[in-house]
Amino acid sequence: MLHIYCPHCAETREEEEFRPKGEAHIARPVEPEATSDEDWGNYLFFRKNPRGLHHELWYHAAGCRKFFNVTRDTVSYQILETYKVGQKPSVTADKGAAK
Amino acid sequence: MQHYSGFGLVKHALSYHENWQRAWRNPTPKKKYDVIVVGGGGHGLATAYYLAKEHGITNVAVVEKGWLGGGNTARNTTIVRSNYLWDEAAWLYEHAMKLWEGLSQDLNYNVMYSQRGVMNLGHTLQDMRDIHRRVNANRLNGIDGEVLDVKQIQEIVPIMDCSKNTRYPIMGASWQPRGGVARHDAVAWGFARGADALGVDLLQQTEVTGIRKNGNKVLGVETTRGFIAADTVGVVTAGNSGVLAKMAGFQLPIESHPLQALVSEPMKPILDTVVMSNKVHGYVSQSDKGDLVIGAGIDGYNGYGQRGSYATIEHTLQAIVEMFPMFSRVRMNRQWGGIVDTCPDACPIISATPVGGLFFNCGWGTGGFKATPGSGNVFAATLAAGKAHPLAAPFSIDRFISGKLIDEHGAAGVAH
Repeated sequence: MLHIYCPHCAETREEEEFRPKGEAHIARPVEPEATSDEDWGNYLFFRKNPRGLHHELWYHAAGCRKFFNVTRDTVSYQILETYKVGQKPSVTADKGAAK
Repeated sequence: MQHYSGFGLVKHALSYHENWQRAWRNPTPKKKYDVIVVGGGGHGLATAYYLAKEHGITNVAVVEKGWLGGGNTARNTTIVRSNYLWDEAAWLYEHAMKLWEGLSQDLNYNVMYSQRGVMNLGHTLQDMRDIHRRVNANRLNGIDGEVLDVKQIQEIVPIMDCSKNTRYPIMGASWQPRGGVARHDAVAWGFARGADALGVDLLQQTEVTGIRKNGNKVLGVETTRGFIAADTVGVVTAGNSGVLAKMAGFQLPIESHPLQALVSEPMKPILDTVVMSNKVHGYVSQSDKGDLVIGAGIDGYNGYGQRGSYATIEHTLQAIVEMFPMFSRVRMNRQWGGIVDTCPDACPIISATPVGGLFFNCGWGTGGFKATPGSGNVFAATLAAGKAHPLAAPFSIDRFISGKLIDEHGAAGVAH
């Protein structure tokens, strides 16, 4: 059971209150008409799916019903941080995770 | 290869079963192969077997980081069916089904394929509309299927609660009598033994650590036992496809999730078919040794740790107890998780890649086991010809650019 800190509620709650919504920080193509099929495909379907640190979007479905981001290890399932949408993660794979 | 038979069994009994031939060799890697198959699970071993048997390509290595059939092959719920909605998927799974029906004879190895029937329950009007549509689509494709009403369901599965007193009363079901279960380990072992007998090298304890390329052409694989060269490399590493693709320098439209299952203590025969429900979301069958084999959905988040979450177990068992109240006091023996590579359209990828000579067979999501012989068969043909087998062609990776998806979420059996 994951215990997740919701940055909006400022409380740690159990996994069952939340819904994972996939990879975070995915930007929609700014000019839809000028976007190639390949870029649309990439935007819609291709995901990083890393073995290790992953930035993902979560939804506090049974709580404040707000979205936020989580940095989580996909092997150990350890949650390293949670942060609001629009903010940048402080832990990234290239910067190295807190051990 | 030593032929297995009833007579052989009796003969070996006289020497206390101490003189059976080893089922496969444990060779040292050659420097170069015609084809390398990465991944020694059911699909990879089937690929190697059909490469040797149907295409005469016997200079083949199967490279496996652990032991044969130790990944998802050992971690599924062994259900076999082909009742998919769309033509492309139905043809592919039906191709597999036809191979299943003769597989034990073909391999001279009892894979314990049992056509005990598969039932998909409907609990809402929309479920029933979808079931009618899918059964009709199946029959147009020459695949057996029937729509059952509650009375017929109760006759087949008397122990199921078909009353109106449940939260989601059962309204009907689709029924595929040719579907059933097979013994998962035997499938891997049978293919391994068959491939080995035809000259394929099965390299266990050999992990691929990199894919060597020259420009845009594959040269072979780097492994923990040194570099092995090959003109053609087929990657069949469920649960790690994304990692392998990254080694080769491209990305896949795949996300890996834990899918878990559990088995109960063994008991006397009580359930002689496979029951699946998408709505309350659980599926159950009874294995030949008597334990209930139970599964349900994937964990919603990406994961590579081969375990599942408690929340999913609770959700699964709620569904099972809802359908079978008499199972409420059955004790669960074991629980495990496998890593499934899920595609956005719940269909696999059998495809060439941006790297010449490198092919991927992945993304089977939650339903790869049922396809094992068919997947290996069409992938072997794809590797042998260097271009997609007709049944595999619609499953090219290009569909995520062209938009020609094969949306099988409804028939996949597991929400993902």
